[in-house]
Amino acid sequence: MEKFEKLTGIAAPMPLVNIDTDMIIPKGFLKTIKRTGLGVNLFDEMRYDREGNEIPDFVLNQPQYREAEILVAGDNFGCGSSREHAPWAIADFGIKSIISTSFADIFFNNCFKNGILPIVLPEEQVEVLMKDAEKGSNARMIVDLEAQTVTTSDGEVFPFEVDPFRKHCLLNGLDDIGLTMEKKPAIDAFEAKAAQERPWV
Amino acid sequence: MAGKTLYDKIWDAHVADEADDGTCLLYIDRHLVHEVTSPQAFEGLRMAGRTVHAPDKTIAVPDHNVPTTLDRVNGVIENEESRIQVEALDKNAKDFGLHYYPVSDVRQGIVHIVGPEQGWTLPGMTVVCGDSHTATHGAFGALAHGIGTSEVEHVLATQTLIQKKSKNMKVEITGKLKPGVTAKDITLAVIGVTGTAGGTGYVIEYCGEAIRDLSMEGRMTVCNMAIEGGARAGLIAPDEKTFDYVKGRAHAPKGAQWEAAMNWWKTLYSDDDAHWDKVITLKGEEIEPVVTWGTSPEDVLPISAVVPSPDSFKGGKVEAAKRALEYMGLEAGTPLDQIKIDAVFIGSCTNGRIEDLREVAKVVKGKKVADGVRAMIVPGSGLVRAQAEEEGLAEIFEAAGFEWRLAGCSMCLAMNPDQLAPGERCASTSNRNFEGRQGYKGRTHLMSPGMAAAAAVTGHLTDVRTLN
Repeated sequence: MEKFEKLTGIAAPMPLVNIDTDMIIPKGFLKTIKRTGLGVNLFDEMRYDREGNEIPDFVLNQPQYREAEILVAGDNFGCGSSREHAPWAIADFGIKSIISTSFADIFFNNCFKNGILPIVLPEEQVEVLMKDAEKGSNARMIVDLEAQTVTTSDGEVFPFEVDPFRKHCLLNGLDDIGLTMEKKPAIDAFEAKAAQERPWV
Repeated sequence: MAGKTLYDKIWDAHVADEADDGTCLLYIDRHLVHEVTSPQAFEGLRMAGRTVHAPDKTIAVPDHNVPTTLDRVNGVIENEESRIQVEALDKNAKDFGLHYYPVSDVRQGIVHIVGPEQGWTLPGMTVVCGDSHTATHGAFGALAHGIGTSEVEHVLATQTLIQKKSKNMKVEITGKLKPGVTAKDITLAVIGVTGTAGGTGYVIEYCGEAIRDLSMEGRMTVCNMAIEGGARAGLIAPDEKTFDYVKGRAHAPKGAQWEAAMNWWKTLYSDDDAHWDKVITLKGEEIEPVVTWGTSPEDVLPISAVVPSPDSFKGGKVEAAKRALEYMGLEAGTPLDQIKIDAVFIGSCTNGRIEDLREVAKVVKGKKVADGVRAMIVPGSGLVRAQAEEEGLAEIFEAAGFEWRLAGCSMCLAMNPDQLAPGERCASTSNRNFEGRQGYKGRTHLMSPGMAAAAAVTGHLTDVRTLN
């Protein structure tokens, strides 16, 4: 997995609440057996008309946001399905961090597995960042994972919380499975004990 | 020391390792796998030279994009991408030695219906699947939740998940339900109260008289939609109904093992002095048959209500409601029971079980699907289909003008050819009314099977209690 350290980039504003996984990547694109290539279909039904032409009003189609690396979004981002195609599409587009007041659990978790940093901040702060994002491509936001801060283009700094284990994995680009494999003796011991206690499983 | 909740008890029995910061390795008893969220996980295993740690605890079944038309028995999936996914699952199940129910097997069906039916899902277990509606299995007092594909790969490789514990929420439904009010109305009404983010960070335990009164099928419907309330998992403490349902199923314990299992299962309840981080109480007798009007499952109202005005909401929800009404083609103030429909979908892991089909049959027996309405019933598994045929339900459906399909997820997420056309409006027993969920620009109203059946025969959203 790619490391996430410090990101300076364009932030795109998406003030809509409850942006769900069907909006992020409609099911027509779930039929792939690969993890890559979904970025072109990110937000497909909001981004293109039926003929496949771009809808100019949609934020990521606007010239100043086409290279966005940060999303500032409304409450409960990523609700709905467990499909990891949603963070795959986001990562494939080039977005590396999402800021909102709240995220759906499974989506939040899936982000960390794909090098994306989801950041939860209070409503007043997300509003400030939303306004900053609305300034367009001249306004670069800074997301610093090591320092756990988001800095607006005006230099206003907002600290955020992140789980220490997830932070460690993101900063170092660590693969969960490899880490867990190191704990195989504990898993084997658990299985031996469970086989005694709950043999029907 | 405070007592434990049911969730605490199951959690504690499955921690294989705990780090200093509270991050745990949670052991997984059952891993269910389907064709859409697993191919990349198996690919990852192969690339890393890894194997499946516990193939005997891993159960695979294709469901999301299999066709449900009768010509499927010829073995042809016309959509090439769907066919590739199903073939990939065939191959992965064979290569890694998993339990497998292929499309041709009568036991095939929606993964969350097959698991309980075959006795894979048992009280006190941890159950995961790359699908958010894994919460369904919580009806058995199992800790069950959806995971992403990276986690599918993690469970395949290690039979564990890296987890931090969630908080405990109690949702109590007191008293008795009124006639015509069902499990689906309960679960939608709860989401109407909590909102779709209200359960985020929690595991919900549903309890109270109205929950105890539900059949296992009804309990599965309630837990199924815990995720729509934001909670990863919903639970109901096992009782005699649970044990009766499980007993004798293909993979349920037998003989001395059954006795041993029962001894533990009977301890699976929340202690009186357990700590709850959040408690919500609804009165069962106050729950009405409900429908959704918007594009989020929290957009729920009694059928007797009118389409709400966006101005009646606060904050970001005002814009969201405006957008929803425009998408749904609805005017504020319109009585919900005057909304005309084009299609009816009965099925899904929420409402594709035998009891749901019996409810539908009761409503539509001797009646006809309204002119201009396309109505389909998709049983949740091949065994549900067979049972419905044996009970004479299928004849009732076909006489009324319903299409009677083969098992699968079908129009719940419309990955297969079962889709709404743009602008079409559907009365649906599924779980999500998101934009485009049942087809590009399709419009979904969620409701119970009885309510969907009533809409099918009248051609508009209808209070099922007003029929007959």
